[in-house]
Amino acid sequence: MAWFTFPDNLLCRCLGISITMWFTLLFVFIIVPAVLGVSFGIRSFYMRTLLKIFEWATLRMEMGAKEKNQELYKPYTNGIIAKEPPSSLQQEILELRGSANGLRSEPEFEMADIFYFCRRGVESIVDDEVTKRFSAQELESWNLLTRSNYNFRHISLRLTVLWGLGILIRYGVLLPLRVTLAVTGICLLLVLTTLVAFLPSAELRSYLSEKVHLMCYRICVRALTAIITYHNSENKPKNGGICVANHTTPIDVIILANDGCYSLVGQVHGGLMGMVQRAMVKSSSHIWFERSEVKDRHLVAKRLGDHVADKTKQPILVFPEGTCINNTSVMMFKKGSFEIGCTVYPVAIKYDPRFGDAFWNSSKFGMVSYLLRMMSSWAIVCSVWYLPPMNREEGEDAVQFANRVKAAIAAQGGLVDLIWDGGLKRAKVKDVFKEEQQKLYSKVLVGDSEDQMEDKCSEDGTAEGDESSKDPTEGQ
Amino acid sequence: MGSRASTLLREEEIEEIKKETGFSHSQITRLYSRFTSLDKGENGTLSREDFQRIPELAINPLGDRIINAFFPEGEDQVNFRGFMRTLAHFRPIEDNEKSRNPTASEPLNSRTNKLLFAFRLYDLDRDDKISRDELLQVLRMMVGVNISDEQLGSIADRTIQEADTNGDSSISFNEFIKVLEKVDVEQKMSIRFLH
Repeated sequence: MAWFTFPDNLLCRCLGISITMWFTLLFVFIIVPAVLGVSFGIRSFYMRTLLKIFEWATLRMEMGAKEKNQELYKPYTNGIIAKEPPSSLQQEILELRGSANGLRSEPEFEMADIFYFCRRGVESIVDDEVTKRFSAQELESWNLLTRSNYNFRHISLRLTVLWGLGILIRYGVLLPLRVTLAVTGICLLLVLTTLVAFLPSAELRSYLSEKVHLMCYRICVRALTAIITYHNSENKPKNGGICVANHTTPIDVIILANDGCYSLVGQVHGGLMGMVQRAMVKSSSHIWFERSEVKDRHLVAKRLGDHVADKTKQPILVFPEGTCINNTSVMMFKKGSFEIGCTVYPVAIKYDPRFGDAFWNSSKFGMVSYLLRMMSSWAIVCSVWYLPPMNREEGEDAVQFANRVKAAIAAQGGLVDLIWDGGLKRAKVKDVFKEEQQKLYSKVLVGDSEDQMEDKCSEDGTAEGDESSKDPTEGQ
Repeated sequence: MGSRASTLLREEEIEEIKKETGFSHSQITRLYSRFTSLDKGENGTLSREDFQRIPELAINPLGDRIINAFFPEGEDQVNFRGFMRTLAHFRPIEDNEKSRNPTASEPLNSRTNKLLFAFRLYDLDRDDKISRDELLQVLRMMVGVNISDEQLGSIADRTIQEADTNGDSSISFNEFIKVLEKVDVEQKMSIRFLH
C-alpha cells in the first residue's frame, strides 16, 4: 500500500505548491498593482514580442505559398473594386447622355439611363459600405489564431508547432489566469460596493465608491490583458456632461471606466448582470431602465436631463450608435443624447485587431462565448482619444450636431464616417431612401421647371439640409 | 467571415471560372469571400433575400430587376458559378481581348453581351422585344410616384417611336443596339475590379 500512497502524497504536494505559487504570482504581479494603480510594463513587453512572432509567421506563410507556386489570399483591404469618385445622380446621367447643356424643359428619357442604376446596383452587390461593417475585420498578417486564418493550406510544420504552442499558452495558461482575475474583480466589486453603501457620510461614500470602481475596473482590464493608451487626458469628461463614444463591444465600458468614473445607462438585466447593476447603483448613481421604459423617449430624455443638471453626479456614458460596429467605421448617431442640451465630450476608441478582434458579432456569438473568445485571444490593444468638448451651436439642430460629433470621432480614430444607421444590421432600410432616389431621377426627366420652384421655397436652407441628411448616397 | 474562403473553393473550380469569365485568380478568391459573406444561410447559394439585405441595393430603384438578372429562369437560388457568370458581364474590356480570334465564342463582357444584359432588364418576359408595357414598368420603377401616368405614357411612346424601325410598336434587340450606338457602353457598364 505504501508505494500507492507515496506518489499520491507527492502529487498532492506538487499540486499544493504549484497552486500556492500561482496565486502568489497572481497577487504580486497583477492584483496588487491593479489595486494601487501601478504597472510593471509586463504587458507592453508581451505586446512587442507577439508582434515579432506574427511577422515571422506571415513571412513563413508567404514563403510556403511561393514554394507551392500558389497565391496567398490577401484580404481586400483596399476594396474589391475601384469606385468612381462620388457624383450626383444628375451629373452621372447627363454624362451618360453626353449632353453638357444642362436640363431641358421637355421631359426627356433615354434608354441608356438604366446603365447608371445598373452599374451602381452591381457595384453595391460586389462591395457595399454597410454589410461589411457588421462582421470582423480581415487582417493583413496572421496572428496565430485559427479564427483569423484564410491560408492554412500554406502552413509549414514549424508554423503548426508554433500555432500549437500558441493554443497551449492561450487556453492553458492565459485563459485560467484571466478567468480567475475576472471572477476576483467581479466579486470584489459586489462586496465592496455593498460595504461602501453602508457608510453614513455621503462625501466619504462617493470618494470611496470612486476608488472601489476604479480598482475593480483595473482588475477587469488585466483580466482581459487590455493594453490601453489614453491620449489627451486633459479633455476628460467632467461632471454635468455626456460622454459619447463609438461602440465596438461591451468591453468599451470597461476600457473607458478604467480611466474615469462614469454613470452608465442601460437596460435592467437579470442574472449576474442584474446583480452587478444593483450593486453598482448602491454606491454611485447609474441610470438603469426597465425594458418597458426604454421605448418612452420622453422618459429617457427626462432622466438623462435630470442627471446632467445635478453637477455632483458623474458624466453619463452613452453609445449613440446603439449597436456594435466592427471598428472600421462610425455609423449614424441617434439624436436622443444630443437633444438634452449639455456639453458633449466625444471619445474615439480604436482597437488594434492584430492581437485579437474585439468586435462583438451578436448574431454569431452569445455573450459568454464572446467573453471566452476575448479571454483566449492574445491581448486587447486599443487607443482612446479624448476629444475637446463640443456644444450645440446656434441654429444647429440635434441631427446636425450629432453628425458634427460623429465626424470628429471618425477623423480622430481613422474610421470611415457613414450616414447609414447601425440598426440596418437587423432591420431593413427605410423606403424613404429609395423614394429620394426616384425623386432625383424624376427631376432629371421632367426638367428645369420644378427646380426653379424649389429654389424659391428653400431660401432659408433648412429644407435642403434635411434632404441632404436623409439621402445617404448623395456625395458619399 | 470568409475564414475558410480560399479552401472551400477548389483549384480546378477556380481554373474553370477563370476560363469562363476571364477574372484573375485573386479576383475570384476575393469575390468568393464576398459571396460567402452574403450567404447568411451558409448553404453555398444566395437567395433573393440575401441580396435585398444590402442597403445600397435595396434603395436602388431598379434593385429588384438587377437581383433578378442573377437568377436563372425560374430558380430561387444562385450558386457561385452563376454569380460569377453574371458579374463577368461587368468586367472591363481589355485591349488584348478585342483582337482575339473572331471565331472563338464571344466573351461574357463583350459590348453585345453588356447590351444584352441591359436589354434583359427591360424585357421581363424574355420574348426578345421591349413592349410599351414593359417600358412603362421600368419607367415607373425609376420615377416612383413623382410623374403622372399620362406624362410617363407620352415619354414611353416617344421613346418607342424614336427607336422602332420596323413599325411593330416594340423595341427588338437590334433596334436597341442601334439606339445605343453612340453610348460608351464599354465604360458605362464596366466595374474596375482590382487585381
